[in-house]
Amino acid sequence: MEREALNRLQWRCTRRALLELDLILGKFLVEEFPGLSEDEKQVFAELADMEDHDLWPMVNGTEVCKDARQAAIIAMLRKSEVRRPQ
Amino acid sequence: MSIPVRKYDAVIVGAGGAGLRAAIQLSEAGLKTAVLSKVFPTRSHTVAAQGGVSASLGNSEQDHWHWHMYDTVKGSDWLGDQDAIEFMCRKAPEVVVELEHFGMPFDRTDEGKIYQRPFGGHMSNFGEKPVRRACAAADRTGHAMLHALYQRNVRANTQFFVEWMALDLIRDEEGQVLGVIALEMETGEVVAFHAKATIFATGGAGRIFYSSTNAFINTGDGLGMAARAGIQLEDMEFWQFHPTGVAGAGVLITEGVRGEGGILRNSAGERFMERYAPNAKDLASRDVVSRAMVTEINEGRGCGPNKDFVLLDITHLDPATIMKRLPGIREISIQFAGIDPIKAPIPVVPTCHYQMGGIPTNYKGQVVNENGSTVAGFYAAGECACASVHGANRLGTNSLLDLLVFGKSSGDTVIEDMASGLKAHKELPANFADKTLARLARLENQQNGSNVHETRLAMQRTMQNHCGVFRFKDKLEEGVQKILEIEKQVAITEIKDKSKVWNTARVEALELDNLIEVAKATMICANARKESRGAHVRDDAPDTPEMPNGRNDKEWHKHTLWQRDGNKLSYKPVVMTPLSVETIALKTRSY
Repeated sequence: MEREALNRLQWRCTRRALLELDLILGKFLVEEFPGLSEDEKQVFAELADMEDHDLWPMVNGTEVCKDARQAAIIAMLRKSEVRRPQ
Repeated sequence: MSIPVRKYDAVIVGAGGAGLRAAIQLSEAGLKTAVLSKVFPTRSHTVAAQGGVSASLGNSEQDHWHWHMYDTVKGSDWLGDQDAIEFMCRKAPEVVVELEHFGMPFDRTDEGKIYQRPFGGHMSNFGEKPVRRACAAADRTGHAMLHALYQRNVRANTQFFVEWMALDLIRDEEGQVLGVIALEMETGEVVAFHAKATIFATGGAGRIFYSSTNAFINTGDGLGMAARAGIQLEDMEFWQFHPTGVAGAGVLITEGVRGEGGILRNSAGERFMERYAPNAKDLASRDVVSRAMVTEINEGRGCGPNKDFVLLDITHLDPATIMKRLPGIREISIQFAGIDPIKAPIPVVPTCHYQMGGIPTNYKGQVVNENGSTVAGFYAAGECACASVHGANRLGTNSLLDLLVFGKSSGDTVIEDMASGLKAHKELPANFADKTLARLARLENQQNGSNVHETRLAMQRTMQNHCGVFRFKDKLEEGVQKILEIEKQVAITEIKDKSKVWNTARVEALELDNLIEVAKATMICANARKESRGAHVRDDAPDTPEMPNGRNDKEWHKHTLWQRDGNKLSYKPVVMTPLSVETIALKTRSY
């Protein structure tokens, strides 16, 4: 992914409405995103474009993701442990 | 050097609840209105507000705006201005019903009225007994509110500039505000928004603290811009903390966890709240619990390698109860602390939650100088503003109410002012962009400078350790020196990426320029206020019979004003005269 597109994605991952998603998406972008396939990267970008109140319940496990493509990335996000503040 | 100029009747910075509410007034009045936001409007931090919005609708039982006013004055520890508080509480039913008409999906009673639920500090008949005053849309009140307001703005043709960061206010020699200079992230272009009226609705600056429940976006941009433009900041020593944020991350652990039987323990495994609040124990009020936690940490009984947190223990609860009654809490603990709370306790610390101080305004939303005169062309509303309705401590659910009432009133005032004084665009001064462009050029050309991330972290740790929920004379004095040293590092931040388009490193450095102004103001104001009041609690101003809760009305019943130039402090009286009712006289705040 080009620098510009990556920076835009970084902004949209780390300037969320909810701190929880700033932390999880921001860390995932640095640590896991580079290793994803192009298709997976696309799905992650779709998730990052979702509203926080739609995305967070799935990441937090209180709601189930019904889209199989997205569910695979959600499962990865759910495994990600965050302890580091920005 | 000149920059492109775009002309609007009004420019609003920030598209959270206050900015969107103000924009509706202006656009529906036919004014050409631009709203600038760092993110898409429905990504604003207003979304995180869950509790509700208060209004004395009296749908469930008898209620009155005067009782709401009393609760707010008491909550503010008598530092709130009683004219603004009366205005807000009287307007509450109107703005809530209006929001319902905008399409807000409030929870409803069987008869179809807006459902109201009880909330801490909401009382009937001047503090007599709890009353149901909070209106909510499930646990998504802020989210639903933003959507309703945004849709209304789309209908009214408000023009949004999304992923734009405002950099500085434009003021002329007479001090009149003529708009803002802003950066479009997608192009890197710097543009002036020339306006007859400028409204700041930029939210709080909770990211000055290491442990904060605030999303990363809350960098106090409006406060930084105002301070650089010579506007004073008011009551910046007052920050509301929540006792249980996950240590290191800040993510909130709801009070419901202690409600369900969660116990706070120190490094010896002791249930320390038994010593501080023998009756209420872990369910004591937020400030009592927070202070007890800090005392344990300060006296060496904190946990972890740095002994800097305590533990919230629910391992004795039935796992089925945890899953059923506290959905999501187990996941939060696993995700943000690496701890399964069924097996081990959660590390927690008191965590910054809400900023009571801000840009000084009157209840009409006009920004005011120390002598009460207004700053022509400049308005502010919401968490970035200090009207002051929250005083030394905010009453729960008054934050969303603040957005609606003062968002609307600032819009109405702009319309009134345009009918009289602000009829035409005043000419921009020749050199209006010089300081901003110099700031950008400095960042561009800096060599051997400081690292943005490390400098921000040093600031956050200093604020947390020296100016947290429980404050100590020596720590505050040392904190002032430290934060002034960190300011020198902020002045020489260096970025490696020099590109124009989507340069997030540049934006983060510019955010830090704003954060440091708020951090300085907070530390210096807190060091100066030698009493305890509301959320500002000092170890050397304890609760005594002569001075209950450590509050010293004789010397400190006044608002602090901080001026960036020379870090000068001055003070102004609290407005004790409401608009139509009698003064709510000073008395000890106890619940």
